[in-house]
Amino acid sequence: MPRTLFDKLWDAHVVRELGDGWALLHIDRHLLHDLSGPPAMAEVAARGLPLHNPELDFATPDHAASSQPGRTPGTFPLGGRLHGALRDLSAKSGVRFYDLGQPGQGIVHVMGPELGIVLPGLTVICGDSHTCTNGGLGALAFGVGSSESTHALATQTLRQQKPRRMRIRCDGELGAGVTAKDLALHIIGTLGAAAGVGCAIEFAGEAVRALDVEARLTLCNLTVELGARFGLIAPDQRTVDWVRGRLFAPTGAAFDAAAARWLSLASDEGAQFDREEVIDAAAVAPTVTWGTSPEDAIAIDGHVPDPTDAPDASARSAIEAALDYMGLAPRAAIAGTPVEWVFIGSCANSRLPDLRAAADVARGRRVADGVTAWVVPGSENVKRAAEAEGLREVFEAAGFQWREPGCSMCVAANGEQVPPKARCVSTSNRNFVGRQGPGARTHLASPAMAAAAAVTGRITDVRTLK
Amino acid sequence: MTPFTAVTGAATPLMRANIDTDVIVRIERLTAFQRDQLGPYAFEALRLRPDGSEDPGCVLNQPAFRNAPVLLAGENFGCGSSREGAVWALMGLGIRCVIAPSFGDIFFNNCFQNGVLPVRWPMALVEALATQCAGGAPVTVDLHAKTVTAPDRRALPFDVDPLRREALLHGLDDIGLTLKDDALIREWQQADRVRRPWAWPVVQGATA
Repeated sequence: MPRTLFDKLWDAHVVRELGDGWALLHIDRHLLHDLSGPPAMAEVAARGLPLHNPELDFATPDHAASSQPGRTPGTFPLGGRLHGALRDLSAKSGVRFYDLGQPGQGIVHVMGPELGIVLPGLTVICGDSHTCTNGGLGALAFGVGSSESTHALATQTLRQQKPRRMRIRCDGELGAGVTAKDLALHIIGTLGAAAGVGCAIEFAGEAVRALDVEARLTLCNLTVELGARFGLIAPDQRTVDWVRGRLFAPTGAAFDAAAARWLSLASDEGAQFDREEVIDAAAVAPTVTWGTSPEDAIAIDGHVPDPTDAPDASARSAIEAALDYMGLAPRAAIAGTPVEWVFIGSCANSRLPDLRAAADVARGRRVADGVTAWVVPGSENVKRAAEAEGLREVFEAAGFQWREPGCSMCVAANGEQVPPKARCVSTSNRNFVGRQGPGARTHLASPAMAAAAAVTGRITDVRTLK
Repeated sequence: MTPFTAVTGAATPLMRANIDTDVIVRIERLTAFQRDQLGPYAFEALRLRPDGSEDPGCVLNQPAFRNAPVLLAGENFGCGSSREGAVWALMGLGIRCVIAPSFGDIFFNNCFQNGVLPVRWPMALVEALATQCAGGAPVTVDLHAKTVTAPDRRALPFDVDPLRREALLHGLDDIGLTLKDDALIREWQQADRVRRPWAWPVVQGATA
């Protein structure tokens, strides 16, 4: 019987079937960060249990760490306490801990793949919904809450119910200036923020195959904004080449054996999905959000909706509330909207190719008057690599702030917030009410589009900047 | 975990789609407070005006719905962040059951871990119940019978996964249950080290 990528990953990790589609699944990697890690680790200790396999757990501060240049754990005191707790609990239980300023520190979903902690074919969990990012490597990676995190620390397993299988096939080629981020926002805008509820989503098709590995991580990063826990892309030769040589990747003959296995994970010809959607990638334009859900996504030449066009009363009031929060008029063109803040970073878009794309737009230009623009690399290694190739100078010469790695203004749990009513073009993944700070107005976009907004002071089609 | 058998009381109609866990509880509250202190911070963005005073227009502030044990919501309730604090904040408001057409996957799961029952019902049914409950008339959610009894006394069925129902009814702790299988887990791991040696991290003479 032909199997999907998801089926193969699932089947390979079943320790015991529990009936009714439930299984006890082995967890191969558990990533711990400063916000959700300490409570789960403390809970295991309070129950008098050891960590089941501390060698499979990896910890680093990201959410509550300040990104201020020259930061210490105490720069944001509340975060400093969490940092201390994560460091101490990790030391006590034998968990590898990557501290601020060390190679390896960074946003969990950036440092995990970067170090080869995350490999194709593994099950990976983290107390963070964007763990689905790691599915871009062909890992079964999913976000969990505190209780599940505690369970996994104590048992190295989770009780999971098999989700439905969904495939989103992206046919055709993305146009010039159109990125994985635009594709992701376009898909969410087209299918809706609840389209993937209860599903494991495999992204497939020509446009997905053509993405480099970092872009695949970006695409899978936004799977949770479709309501799903799992996003997946089948590993191919590009994946194998990307993984080779990473710190925790196997070496020599062991790597070749692993690679052969990874390449066999792709969905079989004729494998059945519970739902299938087709997206025309060639029709995707640079895409931005106008409202307070990632599904409020429109092409850069589009207009924000008019509540009076809504199909029913509840949709009408939702549009009205979103327009009011965002300070936008019905039917306004999205391009040309003035902005005050730009944030380039987050587990969606803080990898080296993201920073290169933004730097290409920033090079030789200046951040517009009245705009504050931040670049926050996703990890210490990304930061050092970007500095080595001169990207820091490009950004600083253009008037961007170059900051320390962490989640920063995406999660706004580290003292870093967009001020109330300020409008921010952000490469992050959530434009929820208050997400970047109380009253903050977030427009999601790609790194190149964010840089274009910074240098023009407006939401701008990057393709018009030559 | 607190067992869940049945609850009776008002059902608050919060009929909007895509209410995310950031809106249910802000991240700063989770860095500053314990899990049993979050009730006052639930739905801040909806309940409070910018100056911190209560917005009387918000349904959650209406006297009929203070301490209501049931919440009625639109599509994709609890989407977004994995924060289990969203469930703790709802519990702090006294909510034990949420009825909606669909839920964010992680939130749905987190509910069961804490003795909160998420009920998936078709939109039309949730809307009809919301209309009946608009004045604060009580409903009864019975997990034994798997029914919601509306103010008009009609008992309407809902589906719930058998394993999860059992765990909720008895307040069962998964960790204890799973550790009963620990020999099996260790056996699986031993076999896996042979099957997938590459899945077991080794770093020779290196630091990151």
